[in-house]
Amino acid sequence: MTAKKNLIVIGNGMVGHKFLELAIAKNATQKWNLITFCEEPRVAYDRVNLSGFFSGKTAADLSLVEPGLYQENGIQIHIGDKAVAINRAEKTVTSANGLTVSYDKIVLATGSYPFVPPIKRNDATGTFVYRTIEDLEAMSGYAKNCKVGVVVGGGLLGLEAANAIQNMGLKTHVVEFAPRLMPVQIDEAGGNVLRDKIEELGVSVHINKSTTEIVRENGKVAKMLFADGTELETDMIVFSAGIRPRDELARFSGITVGERGGIIINDNCQTSDPDIYAIGECALYQNRIYGLVAPGYTMAGVVADRIFNNITTSSFTGADMSTKLKLLGVDVASFGDAFATTPGAKEIAITDSVQGIYKKLVLNKDGTLLLGGILIGDASAYGTLLQFVQNNITLPPHPEDLLMPPREGKPAVAAMGVNSLPDTAQICSCNNVSKGDICTAIREKNLTDIGSVKKCTKAGTGCGGCVPLVTDILKSEMKKAGLVVKNHLCEHFPYSRQELYHLLRFHQIKTFDDLIQQHGKGLGCEICKPAVASMLASTWNDHVLAPTHVSLQDTNDYYLANIQRDGTYSVVPRVPGGEITPEKLIVLGEVAQEFGLYTKITGGQRIDLFGARVDQLPLIWKRLVDAGFESGHAYGKALRTVKSCVGSTWCRFGVQDSTSLAIEVELRYRGLRSPHKLKSAVSGCTRECAEAQSKDFGIIATEKGWNLYVCGNGGMKPQHAILLAADIDKETLIKYVDRFLVFYIRTADRLERTATWFNKLEGGIEYLKQVIVEDSLGICAELEAQMEHLVKTYQCEWKVTIEDAEKVQRFRHFVNSDEFDPSLVYVEERGQKRPATEEEKVLIGSAK
Amino acid sequence: MVQALPVRDTITTWVNVCPLAAIAPNTGVCALVAGQQVAVFRVGYGSDLYAISNYDPFSKAFVLSRGIVGDRNGIPKVASPIYKQNFNLLTGQSFDDENVKIPTYQVRVVSDRVQIAIGEVL
Repeated sequence: MTAKKNLIVIGNGMVGHKFLELAIAKNATQKWNLITFCEEPRVAYDRVNLSGFFSGKTAADLSLVEPGLYQENGIQIHIGDKAVAINRAEKTVTSANGLTVSYDKIVLATGSYPFVPPIKRNDATGTFVYRTIEDLEAMSGYAKNCKVGVVVGGGLLGLEAANAIQNMGLKTHVVEFAPRLMPVQIDEAGGNVLRDKIEELGVSVHINKSTTEIVRENGKVAKMLFADGTELETDMIVFSAGIRPRDELARFSGITVGERGGIIINDNCQTSDPDIYAIGECALYQNRIYGLVAPGYTMAGVVADRIFNNITTSSFTGADMSTKLKLLGVDVASFGDAFATTPGAKEIAITDSVQGIYKKLVLNKDGTLLLGGILIGDASAYGTLLQFVQNNITLPPHPEDLLMPPREGKPAVAAMGVNSLPDTAQICSCNNVSKGDICTAIREKNLTDIGSVKKCTKAGTGCGGCVPLVTDILKSEMKKAGLVVKNHLCEHFPYSRQELYHLLRFHQIKTFDDLIQQHGKGLGCEICKPAVASMLASTWNDHVLAPTHVSLQDTNDYYLANIQRDGTYSVVPRVPGGEITPEKLIVLGEVAQEFGLYTKITGGQRIDLFGARVDQLPLIWKRLVDAGFESGHAYGKALRTVKSCVGSTWCRFGVQDSTSLAIEVELRYRGLRSPHKLKSAVSGCTRECAEAQSKDFGIIATEKGWNLYVCGNGGMKPQHAILLAADIDKETLIKYVDRFLVFYIRTADRLERTATWFNKLEGGIEYLKQVIVEDSLGICAELEAQMEHLVKTYQCEWKVTIEDAEKVQRFRHFVNSDEFDPSLVYVEERGQKRPATEEEKVLIGSAK
Repeated sequence: MVQALPVRDTITTWVNVCPLAAIAPNTGVCALVAGQQVAVFRVGYGSDLYAISNYDPFSKAFVLSRGIVGDRNGIPKVASPIYKQNFNLLTGQSFDDENVKIPTYQVRVVSDRVQIAIGEVL
């Protein structure tokens, strides 16, 4: 066995880390000892998304290195230890901590440092740069005592920094030396639109400003003086005026560097010493520094190919500097020959100052090919346009259409055409992933969601700009594989829920068996059975435990209670509008005491009784029903609760009687089965104490009547409800809610809440208003009739069950014994019981 | 009836559990058999029965008899009512985790009585 050679990577930034990742992927650790020095106190992190630090991301969130990755692959990393000397004669590297390691090859990935312009007192207390997590920590600490902040530099990083400062609550200024913002990426017209847009957001932009001096007060930054005689008061200054390559280590080691800095590399990314390579922002290729991550990654790939695979054809030949970003919430993209420097190039541009949009296309002489462009305010077409440039795709006859937003009902021209891209088309430029790579991964690994595609291919994990395009490719591949049928309910029914619902109503099908015989196959499963049970219930409204339906029900509907982690159930009686008499409260307390139940107030103004065994359920219901309670349907995908505030009866601010309306609404829609649970609320005035705007349908009292809001959601993905109708009377309100609910029930997917359903609804709230208020589809009479039928056929599921001896039969744990489930064990906490954890069960000595 | 367990050198004792009619078509019940909790499922409307352990190793609760019965590509299965993991009713194999397999039991119907086998190794 030949001894392993030593390869030292100097610098563990994004590019240095990418190189190590490639080395691992190429199994290089079998032949090489990989050693890396990292000056910063932590391993590589996502500097591109550094500003995420201010929106709550931690250093760990930003880290690019999976914990244990280096250790598992035998990579030696020296964190917080900077390489300070290369002895090329002895072939060793020495670190600040005094470590000396011999090398066979070196890869320099030392990156860059922020350029601080030579201004008087540019090192005063209160001046910062924007490069590392430490810089950001220092900035945010200092900013706590500041009111005003200035960023020097109106380029890409400068605007990122401005965003950060604004997010910290400071009055923010951007000072730019050039006559426009982002002078490297965008032209004057684009710069103007961007400037207006940014100023609209409250950031003051000062162009053509050359700072001459910083004035201190009490030792701290207080004022900036400009060459034109003006001045600006500020509490802190962030310099973000470009980058300079970190070439000092190479320079001191006698490696050739450029006149204005940068380690000179050839097409192989080799420096003047063939055993030493340089990649990323420290490297100077053909007199140019590439300050983006994608070219750095390309260089890392070239060096990895050459060192580990001996691929001598792999070379770096310059890189596309196309970029798409969101700066201060404004889309900015620049790609290809954005400044039309190609001889004969022509431009098409639109400026929409009202909406703050600027789009420019640069075409070749005869207008058949796209050479480049600039997008401000709306960069949604970036991915597609970039493909036109990179793959020399012939433009459509009216290229100006590519700039237009989509017209109603028609896809944008620019949104079409992932199919027209060749397999070689580079989709993710950050990680150099081609369309072919993505398609192969989707096909071979049967990927069906964007998360898996990102994980498998790394596409979209850099700047994220290509994610819409990757999503289109995924959809297109799934379509080709016949997988568009993703909306099929499950393997037993080749229909979407909406289609099945239509079949069931149209053919008057009343049982699951009939439906699966006529329109499906097999026995069914836990997906289609409850879904069909719900459709049957919201159409015909038979009891869910009727003999033909009982086997379709999820355990919650089967036992008319909510299953808990230990297999017992919780019981929630209906408390309409959250109004309850003292007598009924006492009954709930007595029942809980009698059956040993844990009690808790729910978020929906009800009381939940936990820990009921199946054999106890009918006995509990009997007590509750006798006391005037009924099922609260907390177990069903059904209307849950209509929350209310106390309204005008008691509240000095209330303008309508919200409690009475909430009770009326809850009693009208109680038991209504739907694709997912339904929640509602009624507020008695605009203070909105019932939080109606977070509900599937919410009602708020006005001086003139009621406002109806729909499709809100709390929970996992909060979304505000949207106003469907304003100042309507109660009769109109009920009519609209009837229509809305049945329309939703008929058209939503299985387990799709109204908010998600709404987000997919083409035409949005305007369309919904047309259907519900204006009856544009002419179905409102039918919708109302269906609801009327459901309201009339309501029955309390508990009451019906306890009155039927055969149904009660099923409420026991063992079919052949009256024993209870012996595995149930409880411990006491705060005066009530709760299920014992597995550890506690062992301690108690009753584990399985 | 399906013989899910290899029978070798055992004396098989059949234990009466319940009348067939006590299990509604396409549902399950839990039987206490020699101290074990056994989930017995009736697939379809006839006497096509399957018996597996009632213990759901994913939720660590004794609940499988309350799962929804169905099939995956024609293989009869049950979905746990707690987290919906699927189990093959023929073999007890989990569809979600190849390392998880739960015990199965022999089950038959004799003159409308459902019987479960308890095997004793000789």
